Amino acid sequence: MNIFGKLGLDAIPHDPIVQVTGCFIAIGAIGILSLITYFKKWTWLWKEWLTTVDHKKIGVMYLIITFIMLVRGFADAVLMRTHQAMAFGEGAGYLPAEHYDQIFTAHGVIMIFFMAMPFLFGLANFVIPLQIGARDVAYPFLNSLSLWLLIASAMLVNASLLIGEFAATGWLAYPPLSGITYSPGVGVDYYIWALQISGIGTLISAINFFVTILKMRAPGMKLMQMPIFTWTVLSSMIIIIAVFPVLTATLAMLSFDRLFDMHFFTPELGGNAMMYINLIWIWGHPEVYILVLPAFGIFSEVVATFSKKKLFGYASMVWAILVIVFLSMIVWLHHFFTMGSGANVNAFFGITTMIISIPTGIKIFNWLFTMFRGRITFSVPMLWTMGFLVTFTFGGMTGVMMSIPGVDFQVHNSLFLIAHFHNTIIGGVVFGYLAGLIYWFPKITGFKLHERLGKGAFWCWNIGFYITFVPLYILGLMGMTRRLNYYTNPEWTPFLLVSVAGVALIAAGIGCQVLQLIVSIIQRKKLADTNGDPWGARTLEWSMPSPPPLYNFAVVPHVHDRDAFWDMKEKGQNSNNQITHKGEVKYEDIHMPRNTAIGVFAGGITFFIGFGIIWHIWWLAGISTVLCVAFLIYRAFDQNIDYYIKASEVEAIEKAYAR
Amino acid sequence: MNIAVFNPVGIIASQEKSLLIFSFLLMLIVVIPVMIMIIAFAYRYRASNTKAKYSPNWSHSTILEIIWWGIPTILIIVLGTITWKTTHELDPYKPLNHTTKPIEIQAIALDWKWLFIYPDYNIATVNFIQFPIDTPLNFKITADAPMNALAIPQLGGQIYAMQGMETQIHWISEKEGEFNGYSSNYSGRGFSGMNFIAKATSMEEFEKWVEYVRTEGGNLTQSYYDEKLFPQTVNEPVQIFSSVEKNLYRGVVDKFMMSHGSHGHAAESKSEKVHNKSHDENHIEHHEHSGH
Repeated sequence: MNIFGKLGLDAIPHDPIVQVTGCFIAIGAIGILSLITYFKKWTWLWKEWLTTVDHKKIGVMYLIITFIMLVRGFADAVLMRTHQAMAFGEGAGYLPAEHYDQIFTAHGVIMIFFMAMPFLFGLANFVIPLQIGARDVAYPFLNSLSLWLLIASAMLVNASLLIGEFAATGWLAYPPLSGITYSPGVGVDYYIWALQISGIGTLISAINFFVTILKMRAPGMKLMQMPIFTWTVLSSMIIIIAVFPVLTATLAMLSFDRLFDMHFFTPELGGNAMMYINLIWIWGHPEVYILVLPAFGIFSEVVATFSKKKLFGYASMVWAILVIVFLSMIVWLHHFFTMGSGANVNAFFGITTMIISIPTGIKIFNWLFTMFRGRITFSVPMLWTMGFLVTFTFGGMTGVMMSIPGVDFQVHNSLFLIAHFHNTIIGGVVFGYLAGLIYWFPKITGFKLHERLGKGAFWCWNIGFYITFVPLYILGLMGMTRRLNYYTNPEWTPFLLVSVAGVALIAAGIGCQVLQLIVSIIQRKKLADTNGDPWGARTLEWSMPSPPPLYNFAVVPHVHDRDAFWDMKEKGQNSNNQITHKGEVKYEDIHMPRNTAIGVFAGGITFFIGFGIIWHIWWLAGISTVLCVAFLIYRAFDQNIDYYIKASEVEAIEKAYAR
Repeated sequence: MNIAVFNPVGIIASQEKSLLIFSFLLMLIVVIPVMIMIIAFAYRYRASNTKAKYSPNWSHSTILEIIWWGIPTILIIVLGTITWKTTHELDPYKPLNHTTKPIEIQAIALDWKWLFIYPDYNIATVNFIQFPIDTPLNFKITADAPMNALAIPQLGGQIYAMQGMETQIHWISEKEGEFNGYSSNYSGRGFSGMNFIAKATSMEEFEKWVEYVRTEGGNLTQSYYDEKLFPQTVNEPVQIFSSVEKNLYRGVVDKFMMSHGSHGHAAESKSEKVHNKSHDENHIEHHEHSGH
């Protein structure tokens, strides 16, 4: 038996496109590593960033991963759209079926698990403790561990590009196609282990934020006084805690099928693929709400801030969110009306699905009436919100149409479906998170993003979105199904070409954003956020200087109102250094968590656990598992995990800020 | 330009088309006012328009909130009722009410082609079907490959094809013509080639075609199936068969029951019981046992 399991030289892909990409990645990586070495930044990187437990820095690292994976996922999208536009006729287009099939699978997996999810956790990490008046999350070490689990799993996905292959099954890997008979290669194993590791990280994070929000709010902040973004993150975490274990169990059974010939989901010995499809969507549908609820939260913050007005219908909003949390878990079957479940079952799930449109619609009205009688400034975050309102309303409309089984039978799995969910995920989640990133960017870095380039990016993205996806709606109605490697109907070509033009415009939008980031860094002095409250905002995170000090709040604020910071400003309290009763600030020692490398080790080593199992290198998987457990046990006995920042030190830092 | 969904040729597809258009128009009752409000509010309450009323603390109105919980609720009650009704009417398992005797077609999704068997005529085809107009088509569908879906949008919708299980769909064409059929569920690298022509003709022409198949076609034996059809092939051309080995289709559906002795046997007898039940319970039950 080979000590490298199934791994051999034949694992290097033969496709020249992949080889060239691989070379570029290698050159890029070597370049970055040498730069860090040249500038002698390794110690700084290790001490200040990689081993940090500071929620703000962890948030920033999540955002960096998001951006890298967005570029990767978008590159896949470009390949798919351009290939399909050229793919008229048997075997046409430039991508062989095996490669094309991996690309659409990777696109879905990356965009959901490694772009949208880290984006959510990046924003939540940075914002939530600041918004609720806390100094960190409840479990700072677990926060670092979650990040490293995500990094390990993202590395697995990227490793599959260069060593072996990725799944060619579609992003949810339905058996029997994903079973060992039809997918004997390592692609599905990469898929399973990347998702397992990132899924565990997600679950740990969710528990962390759930506890943080429930237990660590500033004194006086009642549940019904929490900012809406906090509410939506809390709701999203509740859904994660409820459904991610289902994903973990389902993928575990799929891997048992593949490794031990167990047939949970393949018909030999009585397994049933329909069970997998049900289970994966019991996780999969709530996942959509896990992503979109926090986006709704961001829009609520943005609309209120830029309309200079209290959010309309706060209580309605909260109840609407909670209703969605519940309903999101009883609609999963609408993803497969065409399985033949019978009219009663289909009608039930169709109706529960359309009921979700009620609380969602309520929110749209609440945002609209927040704008009503406001004073609206159309800064970039507000523009994204406007783009969202229009785009998401259309996406919701096509969603309700597809919730009717009779309609779904015609458009299920067609490009109409693809257009629909991109309509809600791009129009809802991506627009929302981008709005949030631009909104909180000055808090994160201390300077605003360049406004005009931001507007350029917005218009490119927004118009590009419609040019890309409206043709797909039409193609769906014309009978073009998803995941086609080539097609034989000449009438489809013009629509596919228009769609490519839309992708080019979105690419221009992303280009604007990259340029915006560079220009903003260069002009950071000019764009500096000097008072910590660049937008005239309403919630606590704006009550401190940008970027916030290590300990966030020098003095923990007391909350008396829903818009806590707005309330302080109204009452004339000092906005920067919190509560200045009688003009005097009394600082106390601040209890802080100590940085640790265990997150890096225990989380990072899961890459080797996954890699070992994928390639059947059992000794590697075994040793890595033992080490991972050992690190965690070591951490459990480590007593040296915290320290105090002296009151005098706090005072010095605060004085420096005041200058 | 042929927009398949808007160009139905049978009763099912045309009802689905009306349903799609109706739901679209119903949604517009909310969508249009929302769009108008978005534009109007954004314009009227822009910061530079200092003439507009500004109420920074106005954040609650019971009447307004009742209106927008109420109107969508009413719409959804309407749509929900229609959904309940049409889901039962358009249930693909429901046989069509028609005076003409239906034709049964058994479809097997293979890697990567469709095999169609006409048990009443004892003929079979690959990647092509022909049938007479104004005659109900009763499809029984299974797969001897990963999951696929049999879709012919101009006839009305699709249904999954799954290993060891049987699904059904009922179609009819009122017009002559050639319609595109395909698999709508991705099933691997040759999936894109799983399309076929569904040709609706007059009864005479159909009978002529059957005669042609009977004289020109080969024999579909179990060994031909195992050696030529079951293995993975891509872009398979149309084939015709003048005779089909007895129980070939049933053998594919029951493939996983037969191979496991007594266990399979029990499942089989249950399967027969289920087939005799009334339609509505039939397919729900069927799913519950069909994995055995």
